[in-house]
Amino acid sequence: MTTATRTDYEVVVGVEVHVQLKTRSKMFCACPRDYFDTEPNTHVCPVCLGMPGMLPVINEQAVAFTILAGLALGCEIPDYSKFDRKNYPYPDLMKGYQISQYDQPLCVGGALEIEVAGDHRTVNLERIHLEEDTARLLHRDDGAGGYSLLDVNRSGVPLMELVTKPDLRSGAETAAFLRKLRQILRYLDISDADMEKGSFRFDVNLSLRPRGEERLGTKVELKNMNSFRAAQRGIEFEVERQTAILEAGGTITQETRGFVDATGETASQRSKEEAHDYRYFPEPDLPPLQVSRETVEELRARLPELPDAKRERFERDYGLTHDEAIALTETRERADTFEAAVDASGDRKYARAAAHWFMGDVTRHLSDLGPEAELSDSKVTPAHVGDLARLVEDGTITGSTAKDVLDAAFETGEMPAAIVEARGLRQVKDEGAIDEAARKAIEANPKAVADYRSGKEAAIKFLVGQVMREMRGRADPAGATEALRRHLDGGA
Amino acid sequence: MALTADEVRYIARLARVALDDDEVERLRDQLSGILDHFQILNDIDTSDVPPTAQSFDLANVDRPDEPRPSLDREEVFANAPRREDGYFRVRAVLD
Repeated sequence: MTTATRTDYEVVVGVEVHVQLKTRSKMFCACPRDYFDTEPNTHVCPVCLGMPGMLPVINEQAVAFTILAGLALGCEIPDYSKFDRKNYPYPDLMKGYQISQYDQPLCVGGALEIEVAGDHRTVNLERIHLEEDTARLLHRDDGAGGYSLLDVNRSGVPLMELVTKPDLRSGAETAAFLRKLRQILRYLDISDADMEKGSFRFDVNLSLRPRGEERLGTKVELKNMNSFRAAQRGIEFEVERQTAILEAGGTITQETRGFVDATGETASQRSKEEAHDYRYFPEPDLPPLQVSRETVEELRARLPELPDAKRERFERDYGLTHDEAIALTETRERADTFEAAVDASGDRKYARAAAHWFMGDVTRHLSDLGPEAELSDSKVTPAHVGDLARLVEDGTITGSTAKDVLDAAFETGEMPAAIVEARGLRQVKDEGAIDEAARKAIEANPKAVADYRSGKEAAIKFLVGQVMREMRGRADPAGATEALRRHLDGGA
Repeated sequence: MALTADEVRYIARLARVALDDDEVERLRDQLSGILDHFQILNDIDTSDVPPTAQSFDLANVDRPDEPRPSLDREEVFANAPRREDGYFRVRAVLD
């Protein structure tokens, strides 16, 4: 039997990301930008309602935020930029056109380096431009074809659109790119970048080609992915679907498909595939933007330390592992919290211990508080964690006691050192006491003793646990192990 | 510059305007005339004039990011044919 040679296909992916900017007012009018949890049609005015004769005026902060994003991503910031009208009829578009940027966006080029399972890839960007969000449509079913309701509060919210080049090669890479992009936007504090609230949305363009082929295959646009995981699953489903079609000798239809979260599959969105004719033309109501080099440099000076630089510094200055540094620089707040804890501990030599507690038990406590809880949401401060790290590292308390001390700190907000003193939790190094506890543990657990003697080395851990229990966790674990071995091996 | 009937129908569709055949013919004449009129601009020598997207010498007309109160709710709906629970009610729109 012969095996047919399977063609090895490569998926080529590019993404478009829409990000609502965290300004106070809207893009072209002074209505409050926030629309989440607001009464419908309360943050509206003639401009965002698209009334005749209205005159839009550019929000300078939205422009600054977009340039900041461009600088963080290594984009070129041209001297000159302008807005254009993108014409299309849809009821959520109040004016019948969207003010966007066509051929002279605020940011050009740029790149973001991602890491997936240790492999690095540079994802080049096409551009970043600024536009306005549309109104929100709700659909109501009345048993007679239904009708729609329109909330204009979202109309005119500043929307930054970022387009990549087709540089991604898998669902995992795409998810990694989106994660890292969102992380940077949050570091910059220019967007909540919250997918659930719609302030970070993306579409994916993908095509398959035989590996080694230069020419791109037929493009499929993928929509409706509301999480990073959905992006990865949607792309992986498309790769399988399209590979099957190509292997059967079929051809791929150029179309838009929607990801269905419940099934993990994609389905064709039968839109009236008319080629869009947006008839872009320069927005006559908005004079162009001249971006001076001074402005660019002022903004560049406002850039915070970005995740990659922070991670490298954490590895270098605190001796953290790559993975520890990645975890602790996940958010700016977490990184700042960690550094404050190290400061509070009094010495950088406690940094690894502080990292250990942050990534283990502190994270566990925080996840009990909520999916995105940070330390500031709890009674524990960075100083608590720094204090704890020092107490464990210098041997004042055992790791086992430290867990209890941390639990108490989360409950009461008391400092670890105070908890240790008040409850008498200092590590016991008294050999006599440990010896006595070891003897008791051996007497009370003949089975573990027999296991140990028959060569089950792991049984000693159980016995150490019993010694710890006897001594309320305060026994020096090394001393306890030693005492047990002395009894067991010596008294055989 | 004579437009074809198909071009007129295409433009009408973009503008969401329904036209019968007589109207297509009448508008074909009128729109062609307008285009001819603008053709005059093509006679001007602009080889020394840099391209521009606007006719005023303005740039960077922007505003500080300061929210101001929005329109009164009753004013918002003053011209709305139908409202429901604080929303504008429109015909069914399907994604």
